[in-house]
Amino acid sequence: MTRTMWDSPLGKKTVMAVSGLIMLGYLAVHMLGNLKIFFGEGEFDHYAHWLRTLGEPFLHYEWALWIVRVVLVVAVVAHAVSAYQLSRRDIRARPTKYVHKKPRASYATRTMRWGGIILGLFIVWHILDLTTGTVHANGFQHGHPYQNVIDTFSTWYGNVIYIVAMLALGLHVQHGFWSAAQTLGVGSRTRDRAFKTVANVLAVVLTAGFVAVPVGVMTGVVS
Amino acid sequence: MKLTLRVWRQQNADADGAMSTYEVDGISADMSFLEMLDTLNEELILAGDDPVAFDHDCREGICGACSLVINGGAHGPERTTTCQLHMRSFHDGDTIDIEPWRASAFPVVKDLVVDRSAFDRIIQAGGYVSVPTGAAPEAHATPVPKADADFAFEHAECIGCGACVAACPNGAAMLFTSAKVNHLNVLPQGAPERETRVLDMVAQMDEEGFGGCTLVGECATACPKGIPLFSITGMNKEWLRAGRKAAKR
Amino acid sequence: MTAEFAGTTGTNAFTGTNAFLGTNAFAEHGTFAEYVTGEPVVDAKAPKGPVNERWDTRRFEAKLVNPANRRKHTVIVVGTGLAGGAAGATLAEQGYHVVQFCYQDSPRRAHSIAAQGGINAAKNYRNDGDSVHRLFYDTVKGGDFRARESNVHRLAQISVEIIDQCVAQGVPFAREYGGLLDTRSFGGVQVSRTFYARGQTGQQLLLGAYQALSRQIAAGTVEMHPRTEMLDLIVVDGRARGIVARDLITGKIDTYFADAVVLASGGYGNVFYLSTNAMNSNATAIWRAHRRGAYFANPCFTQIHPTCIPRTGEHQSKLTLMSESLRNDGRIWVPKAKGDDRPADRIPEDERDYYLERIYPAFGNLVPRDIASRAAKNVCDEGRGVGPGGQGVYLDFADAIARMGREAVEAKYGNLFDMYARITAEDPYSVPMRIYPAVHYTMGGLWVDYDLQTTVPGLFAIGEANFSDHGANRLGASALMQGLADGYFVLPSTINDYLARNPHYETVDDEHPVVQEVLADTEDRLRLLLAVDGDRTPDSFHRELGELMWEFCGMARTESGLRKALERIPQIREEFWRRIKVPGTGEEFNQSLEKANRIVDYLELAELMCLDALHREESCGGHFREESQTPDGEAARRDEEFSYAAAWEFTDTGDAPVLHKEELVFEYVHPTQRSYA
Repeated sequence: MTRTMWDSPLGKKTVMAVSGLIMLGYLAVHMLGNLKIFFGEGEFDHYAHWLRTLGEPFLHYEWALWIVRVVLVVAVVAHAVSAYQLSRRDIRARPTKYVHKKPRASYATRTMRWGGIILGLFIVWHILDLTTGTVHANGFQHGHPYQNVIDTFSTWYGNVIYIVAMLALGLHVQHGFWSAAQTLGVGSRTRDRAFKTVANVLAVVLTAGFVAVPVGVMTGVVS
Repeated sequence: MKLTLRVWRQQNADADGAMSTYEVDGISADMSFLEMLDTLNEELILAGDDPVAFDHDCREGICGACSLVINGGAHGPERTTTCQLHMRSFHDGDTIDIEPWRASAFPVVKDLVVDRSAFDRIIQAGGYVSVPTGAAPEAHATPVPKADADFAFEHAECIGCGACVAACPNGAAMLFTSAKVNHLNVLPQGAPERETRVLDMVAQMDEEGFGGCTLVGECATACPKGIPLFSITGMNKEWLRAGRKAAKR
Repeated sequence: MTAEFAGTTGTNAFTGTNAFLGTNAFAEHGTFAEYVTGEPVVDAKAPKGPVNERWDTRRFEAKLVNPANRRKHTVIVVGTGLAGGAAGATLAEQGYHVVQFCYQDSPRRAHSIAAQGGINAAKNYRNDGDSVHRLFYDTVKGGDFRARESNVHRLAQISVEIIDQCVAQGVPFAREYGGLLDTRSFGGVQVSRTFYARGQTGQQLLLGAYQALSRQIAAGTVEMHPRTEMLDLIVVDGRARGIVARDLITGKIDTYFADAVVLASGGYGNVFYLSTNAMNSNATAIWRAHRRGAYFANPCFTQIHPTCIPRTGEHQSKLTLMSESLRNDGRIWVPKAKGDDRPADRIPEDERDYYLERIYPAFGNLVPRDIASRAAKNVCDEGRGVGPGGQGVYLDFADAIARMGREAVEAKYGNLFDMYARITAEDPYSVPMRIYPAVHYTMGGLWVDYDLQTTVPGLFAIGEANFSDHGANRLGASALMQGLADGYFVLPSTINDYLARNPHYETVDDEHPVVQEVLADTEDRLRLLLAVDGDRTPDSFHRELGELMWEFCGMARTESGLRKALERIPQIREEFWRRIKVPGTGEEFNQSLEKANRIVDYLELAELMCLDALHREESCGGHFREESQTPDGEAARRDEEFSYAAAWEFTDTGDAPVLHKEELVFEYVHPTQRSYA
């Protein structure tokens, strides 16, 4: 079964839908956690610490976090590899373009591939910036995420990269969530309005929630 | 009216093709698009040129033979087949681009004619109910709820023209395949082969080199018979269900 | 039979005159009309005894082929419509090796797909007094007593099995809320026995047959050749043993051999150029078979359908039918005054002539097709027609909309109204539709016996390609019934008998002298078409022939008109071979060549149609001779002289054919003058 799933384009689409939903769930939690930054340094850093102690004493320190990270890495890789292989196939299936070009489909739909690439690159930068601190602007301090965030959004490029990526995320989620519903076979004419609404709400709330942080830093609400 | 046509000309499957420009005059708004091409071809023949090859047959929108991408749209600007598109949709002095269906699974045969036999092979893979002649029970033995019968009909309307593939940026045949899967799988008569049908037809569709679905929706917009995009959702559901069933066996 | 044909091959084709004009090309005109009457032709296969037992008797008496031996038999089927698709699938299911052909790119596109209205079956689900016998009776009567009782009764019997078969295949017929099949009443009958799938019944039935055929193609029991057109029949030692066909993509001409050949290539309505047939529907398969010895029966019996969209101009390439179910609710009228060109809504009620309701009060707008068509022609000939050129009558839904409400009308006829609006750019909800009759179906075709075998042993003809079941007029929703009856049930039973009785054939291959000759003949014909390099296109000839036929061999025919046509056709033929221009070569995809080659056959068939119409000095069904009418202008049959099927034997192009009469005996339905008044 697993084998046939992966061999079939429809199976890969299913993998994309499921991995996308996993990431979407993570993003919702991540976004809500981020908003704690508006309650000040103490509460934000405490929340970050709590994430590491989650599940204790059943789990060891940081185990929960690592479990989440492993799941996320698997999801991202599965999502990206599927997307890459499916895209290759799609391009092979339509090698000749029409001479007469006609605008097609919505912006969100057309930007799924480029949006995905942008998000992939963003994730790498984001981890190197705020998890490992490798490319952090102003001296990364482990255990002090509040300060690290403020550092990042004190640079112009930090804001640009982040905001552009979050806009791409919104578009990606808008088409991706609805698509996942169709791929998993739960969409229908009667439920379509509901799915489209949820997709739009998710896209707007996630984008707004994430973008609130750099905006907060830039406007001095968070300092 | 007077029109400029830019038409894809390609001598045969192996030759290179290019757009050629022609002028046609005296086109009436009541002509169908294909009658406009007939007019062009009559002139080409008399001038000693090769007339433009295009597929057409019933000219009443049901056989599914006609297949032109007109100004970038499969079957042109109206939601109908090319044979039912009339010249009143165009204006005097217009330039019209006419191209064949584009997809690797639909290679060009000549000019605007493509080979759509991949569709036949998808049906051959499972788009039927295995009931040899004479083996049928009395027609009223199994009542079918009206809603299911209507649902089946809505999907059975597909004319196999290939506009969905032509319009899809991925050259996918999902709408075509799903129309037949939905038609037969909702009916009690189609139930015994419900799982094998969808698995085999999808496998054949992939084998033919059609692309995958990214739910762009161009297929459903281009479909002259209005097969809904949710047809694809329905097939996905059937495919996943069949996969689960197969795993249990 | 083949010996007679030997004279027409050869390569003198390039010397100005040619073999394809026949030996009589430049003889005195009118010779063709001087036909001779030969021996009567009899149907030796229909058993005697009560009509309702004949089919069982025949099936029992027929020899069977051992299932293990069936795969050793190859059967060629030409055409993939309802008859051909059903036959190919069923023969393959039985174990025969089937080699099947269609000129379309897919078997799913055969023109059966365009049938709209429905399919008749004597299920009597409505409990409204229907029965096999009533369907039999209605069909014989509707055919104006020119069909064979045995065949028609069998058709009525089989009709019930067809519905079962199609439902089992998943054909989505219209259903009622209880989940049972819905039926409606259809042109000219008073019971509700027509099963339908919205306005697309033909499509759904054809897809059912196509899917059954696809299953066999996948199983390897049917070898399918799409985009391959039959160009000639191979007859060896008096038996049909194969065909010559051209691959339309590569242009390659090939031979295919078999133990029996089945023609399911449809009708010949395209002789008229404008018809409701598909553009590429053609008569080549049956005409070539006729030239090789198969008798052609009742060629003049053509059906003119009353409810088509009128033509708009010279550019018109085909006519579109509107289902005659529209006549259930629409009212047909024209202005009472000649030349009244006011818009329909400005013509007050008392200045309108609802002529069908006036002349035929009992049936009103639901009179059979031939009567409705002729009535429309008459009012237009009087100068009361509407629309461009006065070639149209109104089909008005204003009353229906007032009575049922727009929504109910939309639910019932929405797709037809949309189609009309798309073609004419007029809104039929607010302006009455305009309709005019158009050539729709040909009742005539290859003569076949009860087994559907032609006069060439081993050559069978099914569906519209044969002449058997509809007499002089076909009832609505009966074509689908006949095509499927022939394909699913009749032929697969009767062909066994032929194959079982003739199990051992000598092998035939390309080296056989007869095959060589047929191949050479086909190749010469195409080569000459390309070589003439004249100054007229194939379409221009087709249009000219069509106009001539419509005028003189259309809805109303006269002796002088038919003689004029018979004089004119050889002239067109002669001009054709002098002035035809076909671009390109024969070794490529060449649609002009396909077209021109079909016109060669139309130019001969048209002549036979006119002769048949001329010789049948009576009016019956779709054949209306102005000389033979009742005082009030109705068709007058002349049973004493013409109660026979006219089966014509080919001699040579332009030479008078030989008439063989098949006497029609009516034991159960006694001929009466049809009355719908």
